[in-house]
Amino acid sequence: MSIVFEKPHALSDVGFHYCPGCTHGIVHRLVAEVLDELKLEGEAVGIASVGCSVFSYNYFECDMVQAAHGRAPAVATGVKRANPDKVVFTYQGDGDLLAIGTAETIHAATRGENITVVFINNCIYGMTGGQMAPTSLVGQVTQTTPYGRKTETQGWPINGCELVSQLEGTALAQRVAVNNVKNIREAKAAIKKAFTYQTEKKGFTFVEVLSTCPTNWGLSPQESLKWMEENMMPQYPLGVYKDKGAKGDE
Amino acid sequence: MSEKVLMKGNEAIAEAAIRSGCKLFFGYPITPQTEVSAYMSKRMPQVDGLYLQAESEVAAINMVYGAAATGARAMTSSSSPGISLKQEGLSYIAGADLPCVIINIVRGGPGLGGIQPAQSDYFQATKGGGHGDYNLVVLAPSTIQECVDLTYKAFDIADQYRVPVMIMGDGMLGQMMEPVSFPAHDDSVTFDKSWACNTTGMKRKKNIVNSLYINPDELENLVWERQKRYDLITEKETRAESFFCEDADIVLVAYGTIARVAMNAVKKARAMGIKAGLIRPITLWPFPEQEIANVAKTAKSFLSVEMSTGQMVYDVKLAVNGKCPVEFYGRTGGVVPVPQEILDKIVEMSKKL
Repeated sequence: MSIVFEKPHALSDVGFHYCPGCTHGIVHRLVAEVLDELKLEGEAVGIASVGCSVFSYNYFECDMVQAAHGRAPAVATGVKRANPDKVVFTYQGDGDLLAIGTAETIHAATRGENITVVFINNCIYGMTGGQMAPTSLVGQVTQTTPYGRKTETQGWPINGCELVSQLEGTALAQRVAVNNVKNIREAKAAIKKAFTYQTEKKGFTFVEVLSTCPTNWGLSPQESLKWMEENMMPQYPLGVYKDKGAKGDE
Repeated sequence: MSEKVLMKGNEAIAEAAIRSGCKLFFGYPITPQTEVSAYMSKRMPQVDGLYLQAESEVAAINMVYGAAATGARAMTSSSSPGISLKQEGLSYIAGADLPCVIINIVRGGPGLGGIQPAQSDYFQATKGGGHGDYNLVVLAPSTIQECVDLTYKAFDIADQYRVPVMIMGDGMLGQMMEPVSFPAHDDSVTFDKSWACNTTGMKRKKNIVNSLYINPDELENLVWERQKRYDLITEKETRAESFFCEDADIVLVAYGTIARVAMNAVKKARAMGIKAGLIRPITLWPFPEQEIANVAKTAKSFLSVEMSTGQMVYDVKLAVNGKCPVEFYGRTGGVVPVPQEILDKIVEMSKKL
């Protein structure tokens, strides 16, 4: 009997705590597959952030460091500077990365810190029960925008890839989604490129993954994917925003 | 290098850290400690170490967290307002049992306060500062030579007990120059770093550095385990110096810069026939409670002298435990008392004996 499909080695053999239909599980798997394929599990240190993915330290088989809210890029910097030849990645949500941790994100990028940031954007604070995130859409109803996000009082959503792509230290800024098989394959390719660039010391690599939060959006998993396509993608267009490795983009 | 060199406290601390094997320093400018960063930025590249200027004090302490999580010796330094910003990181470092060293060259507060020497962050340093049940080990040098010696000690205490250690000086110690020598550092002692996140190499199970425990029983057990280490630190590492205490009626308690001024006042009081003595805590946490309690058996009154509105005085009172009166004399906001002010207070107290 030949094995045709199995769990990536870099993914721990424990149950996820994620809600049904949440796309964190897919992205975890993609990161783990990339660690396997590039043979980086034994060379990597992952940084778990605060939010739904806080327990990611239980889900990856490499060494894991849990960081304070928003501080993952600073913690990753400390790990990386102590071990310049190892691979360091953070796994962060939108509140962590673009609200409380904006300074840490921007400065890790502008330093050209050789780390990989996997950024989960689902337009909401999930772990605390569905509050407005910096990436929440205009008009989006959340627990703390019960009348919808109003620009007069809450301003506009913030676009991560567009922001970090402006910085010289950024080697890769790419936005992907995990709403269908094609996009999942592209997401994996982007994550793989990010880790590869890191091993080549090209600079800061940033992969934004559009994700769902069926629980806090109040939608079924399937409706959530549709909501992402219809509402998130116009605000957050998929694509490569910066690629220092691509021809003509150096 | 055993010959004496003339150095600023800030620079002496930085050099001592390098000689202690500190490989990574993360800084952010703030008066009156910026010379630590400036010195590190020059010296670290010469010794194959890292100096990195962070985007904030918050980032700097989290970089220390990351570097310490890999088992490396790492340090940051700041002054009062910056140390306030580091409290989040310090709590996480304590909660994750990471060894590291933090330099705090205290200035007047609250708020932006001033840039002159003060001791008004004693509560913050010794009572936790950040959230949760934890303590920093707090070392208080009073000379530049002691800045060197305690920096050596700080890294060893941090590694031995897996705790963050703060060296608390003040603007005077940071800026003042004195002759110092750098004794050979004992590199023969090694510490267990099997917990470090420096990659598995596919040769061992993964390590996790973390301070999150959702199960209350698990968290409680870990907090008590840490408390036992704190008890051990209290037993093994508490340090103080005492002068003329054997027959003293009035015992001053003072640390850091002001301990030197207080010593001057004590000598003047002795010359006047007043039996004054001095206890100088070297560790502010653990506090030298036993040393003070022992002297309280024979002394008639205590005087806590501080560059604050009175913070250490509470610990002195706890240690004296009602055996005799405890008074306070202090100046704050960056004002350093002169010996005569302290002497006047001693004379006033002597009249009540």
